[in-house]
This record gives sequence, C-alpha cells and structure tokens, in this order.
Amino acid sequence: MEVAVIQFPGSNCDMDAIHAVKDVIGVEARLLWHKETSLGNADAVIVPGGFSYGDYLRCGAIAKVSPIMAAVKAFAGSGGPVIGICNGFQILCESGLLPGALVMNTGLEFICDTQELAVQNSTEHFCKASLGETIRLPIAHGEGNYRIDEAGLAQLEANKQILFRYASNPNGAIGDIAGIRNEAGNVFGMMPHPERAVEGFMPSTDGEKVLRAFLRSRKLAAA
Amino acid sequence: MSLPPNPDPVLNVAITPELVQKHGLTPEEYEHIKEILGREPNLTELGIFSVMWSEHCSYKNSRPLLKGFPTQKADPDAPNQVLVKAGEENAGVVDIGDGWAVCFKIESHNHPSAVEPFEGAATGVGGIIRDIFTMGARPVLLTNSLRFGDLSSKQTQRLFRGVVHGIAHYGNCIGIPNIGGDIYFDACYEGNPLVNALCLGVLRHEDIKRGAASGVGNPVYYVGADTGRDGLGGASFASKELSEESQADRPAVQKGDPFMEKLLLEACLEMMAREGLVVGIQDMGAAGLTCSTCETAARGDAGIEIELDKVPQRETGMNSYEIMLSESQERMLVIVAKGREKELEAVFEKWDLHAVQVGTVTEGTDMVVNQHGQPVAKMPAAKLTDEAPIYHRESQEPARIAEAKNYDFSRLPVAGMETLGEALFELLGHPTIAQKRWVWRQYDHMVMTGTVVEPGSDAGVARIRLGEGKHAYIAIANDCNNRFCAVNPYKGGLIAMAECARNLACSGARPIAMTNNLNFGNPTKPESFYFLKESVRGLAEACTVFDLPVVGGNVSLYNESPTVAIDPTPVVSLVGVIDREADITKQTVKGGEAFILLGGIPTELGASYYLKVMHDLLAGDAPEVDLDAEAKVHDFVRLQIGKGRISAAHDISEGGLTVALAEMLFADGKTFGADIDISEIEPDRLDAALYGESQGRIIVAVPAKDEGKVLSDAEKFNIDAEPLGKVMDEPWLSIRTESLDDCLVWDAEELRKTWERAIPDVMERK
Repeated sequence: MEVAVIQFPGSNCDMDAIHAVKDVIGVEARLLWHKETSLGNADAVIVPGGFSYGDYLRCGAIAKVSPIMAAVKAFAGSGGPVIGICNGFQILCESGLLPGALVMNTGLEFICDTQELAVQNSTEHFCKASLGETIRLPIAHGEGNYRIDEAGLAQLEANKQILFRYASNPNGAIGDIAGIRNEAGNVFGMMPHPERAVEGFMPSTDGEKVLRAFLRSRKLAAA
Repeated sequence: MSLPPNPDPVLNVAITPELVQKHGLTPEEYEHIKEILGREPNLTELGIFSVMWSEHCSYKNSRPLLKGFPTQKADPDAPNQVLVKAGEENAGVVDIGDGWAVCFKIESHNHPSAVEPFEGAATGVGGIIRDIFTMGARPVLLTNSLRFGDLSSKQTQRLFRGVVHGIAHYGNCIGIPNIGGDIYFDACYEGNPLVNALCLGVLRHEDIKRGAASGVGNPVYYVGADTGRDGLGGASFASKELSEESQADRPAVQKGDPFMEKLLLEACLEMMAREGLVVGIQDMGAAGLTCSTCETAARGDAGIEIELDKVPQRETGMNSYEIMLSESQERMLVIVAKGREKELEAVFEKWDLHAVQVGTVTEGTDMVVNQHGQPVAKMPAAKLTDEAPIYHRESQEPARIAEAKNYDFSRLPVAGMETLGEALFELLGHPTIAQKRWVWRQYDHMVMTGTVVEPGSDAGVARIRLGEGKHAYIAIANDCNNRFCAVNPYKGGLIAMAECARNLACSGARPIAMTNNLNFGNPTKPESFYFLKESVRGLAEACTVFDLPVVGGNVSLYNESPTVAIDPTPVVSLVGVIDREADITKQTVKGGEAFILLGGIPTELGASYYLKVMHDLLAGDAPEVDLDAEAKVHDFVRLQIGKGRISAAHDISEGGLTVALAEMLFADGKTFGADIDISEIEPDRLDAALYGESQGRIIVAVPAKDEGKVLSDAEKFNIDAEPLGKVMDEPWLSIRTESLDDCLVWDAEELRKTWERAIPDVMERK
C-alpha cells in the first residue's frame, strides 16, 4: 500500500503526516507536489494541514484549483480513500468533495489544544467499536467552525456522515462537528490532527487508530 | 570623484547639518564619512551610512562591552564546540554530535511592536526565522521573551493582545512550533513593550552557509518578495527613543507575509541542498538591500555592483534612497556560482518566487549602486561595516541602587498567618506568575510533532527528527528578572544566566550555548549605560564559569518612552541537549512522591515578587549568587534524573518556595496536594522562607522509595538537601512552620483557579 500526501506550497503538516503513516504505522508514504497532475499508483490520499496558500482569501479557495486536485477528485469519485486534515478538510470542502464550510472560530483566536471527541458510529472503521467511545486529539486552527445549512445537516445526520463531535465545543462548530465523511464513505475531513497523536510523548496516541481506520476505508458498497 | 546627480531630483539636495542629525548621525560621524569617501556623500549614501552605523547594525555603543563574552568553549575537547561564532554570520552554530549542529539566535522587535503590535511582533518572528535558514539550517522551534506594562492598563492589554496575535499569525502559518518563552508584566514597560523572538534550526556541519560574496563575476541574485516603501530606515528607527511622534514613524514598521516566508524558506533550503550552487547568502533584514550587499562584500573581501532597475518593486517611482533603505520583508540576497543560474531559477520558479540577477561580484572592494544607467552610490563596502564608530560611554551608578541595597528590612515586620496565606493567592494571580496558557494556546506549539514538554514548564523540550529514525532532544529556556537587574544589574545578569541554566537542569538538559537580547535605555545617559555595562559583566562572568559560549544575540537600546526608561532587561536564552528521552523531566508531580529541597531554605526577600504584590515595593539587594554552588546543584539534579529517581523538578524563582510547590501540584488533569513541614529549617524570617527568591534552589519530587538514596547521594556531593514533605492525593497544600506554631493551609483547587484565570479574566473581557 502507498499513501500520497499532497504538498501545497504552504502545507506544514505534510512531513508530520508522512512520519505518522510511514515511521509509526509502517505504510509507505510519499509527498506529492501540488503541480503534479497524477496520483501515480497511490492507494490513499492525505490532504495535510497548513496554510496552503497563506489562507489570505478563504482557506482552501486557491488550493482547490491546484493541478493535483483534478486527480484527487477523480480518485475520490472512483472510490479511493481521501482524508483532509485541518487545512486539508477546508480544501476538501472548498473543492466540493465534502459538504459545508469552515469559518473563523467564534472566539476569533487560533486555538492549539487537545480536545476530547465523541466518536460517532459512521462506518465500519469509523465507529465506537473500533475507535472507542471517546478519543483525544490535538486541534490547531483559527478557522475550524464548521457550518452547513439545515437541510445539509439533516442529511449528514441521516446518512451517519458525522465522524466526531467535540465534547466541549472550542470553535462554535454546528452540532459540535469535528469531522465528517462524504455520503459514499470514502472521503473524510476533520479539523483535529490525528498525525499529532501517534507516539507516547504526544498528547495522546488515539490518532494512530484514526489513521488506521482511514487506511482500511474503501467506498461503501451501498451508501 | 563625485557622482552625477541622482535621477530623482528630490535626492539632489545639499547635505545640511540638520539632515545629518535627522539621520541619527553626529557631526563627527559625518566628518568620518567624508573622510572615507574623500568627498561629500549624496543623500542615498548618507542614508546608507545612517542605517549601517545605527546601533542596531553596528553595535557602536555596546561592542566594547560585548568583547567580554566568551565566544567559544574554554575546553577545546569538550562536546558541543562552537562552529560559527558570534558576529561572524547571521547566527551562531553549535555542534550537537554525529555531524549535526544547531543554529540559533534571539532578536528584538521592540520599537515596531510599540507602534504597531501585530505587524511589529509578526515581522520580528519573520526576521529571526530568516536569520536561521540563511545559515542553511531548517528552523524547528521558536520561543519568545515578552515584557509589557501592568496588565490592568487598557494600553497594555491592546499591546499584549496584538503582539501575541502577531507572533501566532506568523509562526503558525509557517509551521514552526512555539515551544516556550517568558512574559513579565511591570509598569516600567508601559508604552515600551519588549518583543524578543528566538528561532532555532538544525543542520549538518557540512551544510553551513556563509554570508560572503566571493568569486569575481559571480552573479548576485535577489529572491523573494518585492521591495516597497515599508520599513524605510527601520534600523535607525529602532535606535532612538520612542516619542510622542513615534506614531508618525509607522511607515518604518514593516508588514509581514508568512506565506511568502514559507515559500522563501523552502526554496532556499532546496537551493542550498544543491552542492556548490550557493556561494553566499544573506537575508535582507535590518537595512535591507544596503546591509546585505555591503556585509556580503565585506566578508568576501570583494566588491559588489548592483542595478536597482532590476530590483523587483511593488510600487512605482521608487528612488535609490527608498530602494536601498526599504525593509520590506521576506527577501534574500544570494551569490550564485557562475554558470549555474538556471538551476537556481528553476528552484524559485517551482515555488513561484522571483529570482532576479541584480548584480555581480566585482574586483576591488567597492559597493556600487546603479540606477537608470548611472551610479547613485559608491563606497568602500568594508568601511561601512568595519569603520563604524565605537563609543566608550560614560557610566554612573544611579542613586536608586544604593537606596535599594540599604533598605532596612526591620521596617517590614513579618506578616501574620492570614496575610501570609493571602500572599500565595496574590502571587499566583499576578500575571507574571500566572499561567500563560491564554498566550501559548494561540501558538501552534505541536506542529512538527516533536514537542515533548509544551510551554509552561521550566524549559520547552522538542524532539527533532534527524531522519533514518534518529532524533535529537533539544531543551530551551529564556530568562531575565528585571527587578533584580534594576537593583543590582551585575547580580541581575548572573541570576538571569543561573536561572536559565537551572531551568534546563530541571528539564534534564545540559546547556550548550547562550544567545542574549540586551534591552536597555539610552546609552548616552551614564546611568542607563551603567545598567548595560554591569549586566553584561554579570552575564559574561556566568558564561565563563559555566563554560557556555555566547553565539550571538541582539542589542536593543533606547528603550525609553516619554515618561519612563525600562528596567534593564538582558534576556538570556540557553539551548540544551538531552541525551535520552527517559531523562526529559517536567515540573508537575505524578502522585506518591516525596519533596526534597536542594540548595537550602530561602532567606532573602530583596527585590522579590512578594514585596511587589504585597507592598508595591522594589527594595533590598538582589539575592546572593554562588555560581559554583549553582553548577553543583544542576549537575546533581541531572545525575539523579539519569538514575531515574526524579519524577518532577522545578526551580525556585518568582514567588519563592511556596509558589514553586503550588505549581508542581498543578498536573495535567489533576490537582494534587502536599503535606510540607519547614519547621526544622525555618530561618529568622518566615516570609523570606515562603516567598523569598534566593538563588540556586531546586525542588525535586522523588518516588518515596528513592528519597533516602537521593538524600544520601546529596550528602556525598556535599549538597544541602532537605526533605520537605510529601505529595498528597487530596488537593490541600499545607505548610507547618515553627514560628506560627501552626500550619498554613490552602485549597489547591482554589489556588489553581486563581493561577489559571488571572490572564483570561482580563483578556477575555470583551
């Protein structure tokens, strides 16, 4: 198995994602420059955190038109697993691969902290049975306040598309939403950073479980 | 030979004494300039001399003092030798073994932050990051030392919020973790906050890059952001006192673009990884294009010629004065091996950045600046740097020092039980001592996934990935208690070093080298200069005793607002290494330990925070310092940590023994209690024992089974070690004393609430 970690010019969690997947979990992972147009033979894609283009416009608004994103969309469309973490989540929302949008935290400040998350039963791998009732993961964002219209929210709930909810909402996200998936079940987005919670000295090791759940994911047979 | 008139008629004016003065140059300095040139300078040249001879660039008032700092290890066989010394390059480099090295430096952005806190602080971070990657190192951590006025003032709250936002904005975007620092609040900083930012990078020995222009004919490239009119003459601005008119100097404050810096950082590292491509490199920081061209030429013992028409400009009609003095951010000057230009251009194209040849390394030693086909400035490059004036300033001990020293403590009776109890709440609630989580929660302190000890402990500790599964553990701490420096700048300097080294020892680290940021008032005032001179003497002596070389730093003088000069603030930062992950030690207890006090019970109250918060008093001498005893205690703590016998260690500093004990109980997710008895070791003054800030003291928490071994080892090493009591599961802190014949008891949960809420309760008020 091989994981492609997309590198935008302002990505800054790209090497952390590689470290977690390759050095800790032991799955092959490589950087993929955003100007590339092919994913090669990648089996899974991580869109990492950072400030892809400085986030001076809307987060992810420029990254979504980067050459590599056409390939990511095609890969996702054919059922390939894609996860966007933090800025990556913002990019996937901007790209239309995930519903909703992320706006400024209600406190108007960047927050770097460790949060308790309530695991939701969403897929075979993103569920309480495999991850536990609650997990702890770091967050680090200024714009992590998830927004979606009422109909959209109802759809997320009905389709069990919500992956995690904050135990104590840090950013004002609607429904305490910390992470979601697409309807098909192969595209995931989350503000918390699983790659920052994979070794003993880190705030927790729950991130490893989350990354493993992602790496096991495939398009749901019947969504 | 005089130059032709400048293409911009505005610049063709006679150089009058007023113009010279406006540039911060003295009549004598002006005469020297004429001597160097053999003619009158034109306005562009005057501007160039003024920034190069500002204190910020030339250290003209501080250089004689800085000579007292050791710049390399006394023992040539000791580990961690200095590879690039202070003053040689943009930042110093120190060996950390296995062919790896660290490169680090601290630098101030005080004046810009006073005028425009967000941009001032942000560009301070940007500037110091460039200093590090210019050396060929990948930046891996940031820290900062901040000083503000009383937090109760609206002005301070505005500056504090702006500075923290600015630091967060820049560091978070680039993705370098901010793993620590220190913040003090004191009225002396009202209107003149201090913002000192530090960056540390890692590199291989063979990858060290130099800022030298050499090889006649080698092209000189300009890379990074466009040049605009921002930051004009920032180095000169930083070298004068703040005044009512400083707000009008806002154009002298630069605007930062961290995304641009991220691109520049990655492109530069990629370029430097290609062997032999880069001959020399220097960032355009203070004094921008001026400083980078003449310094690289001077170091390379070469000439340099640049064409201003080729400099990427974001505004039209910029004249030579503006282009040369602009301090637009995120720009670098690169001297490339001739014939390999395309290789360099390809790297920058990948990162969507400019890489434009603006000049060439030339024969001779002149720096020549051309615009619109004619020379607009021409001067011997090395003389700009080497012949900067040096001043041996007059120094006089201020009267307030003797007054403080002679303070008669018998005028201050030891308080009773109730007041001594309240004092702990007052101290923990003082913003200098209170938890700074409101601050570092805004900094991405986890990116790069190496932060082992997050901000808020004695030292920040990061695990640095070196590749191939190898790691280095780097610890870093910043320190400087201005109150000690105000009453005794010499001891204040010693203490800043001693405390910083102690903080590293508590984290399990062995310090390897020091960088400092000297923040002082106007050096032409003898009393201000006395503080600078004495503080530096203290720092230098401590460096020598600990055998810790100074590998660079920054001098920020003229820190005076219209009403007040700051207390002397020589900020010290020490970098340390930890050999094994198991040795990394935090300050909070885990439960079930016994407390041991190393170094003896405190006995001095001078210049303490207790006097400040309870009596609004700055009096008494700074505490005694015994550097040899300090070093012995640090070694002992490291030794016991190495034996696995210490589960938490914390030094006694602001707020004394009781504050230190309380902080040790505030563990992540649980508040412990402690049952302490000092009745056997109580000195004459109970207030000094509880809240005095005597130096060289460390409290260690040891698993109950190891208590006896640690105590007997201490006896062998001739170290004063006193059992204090034990950690309790119930959150009550109790201290039995002889003089009260009773116990002082606090609810540790309440103490914690006071400590945690002090800053957010002020700053979250909308």
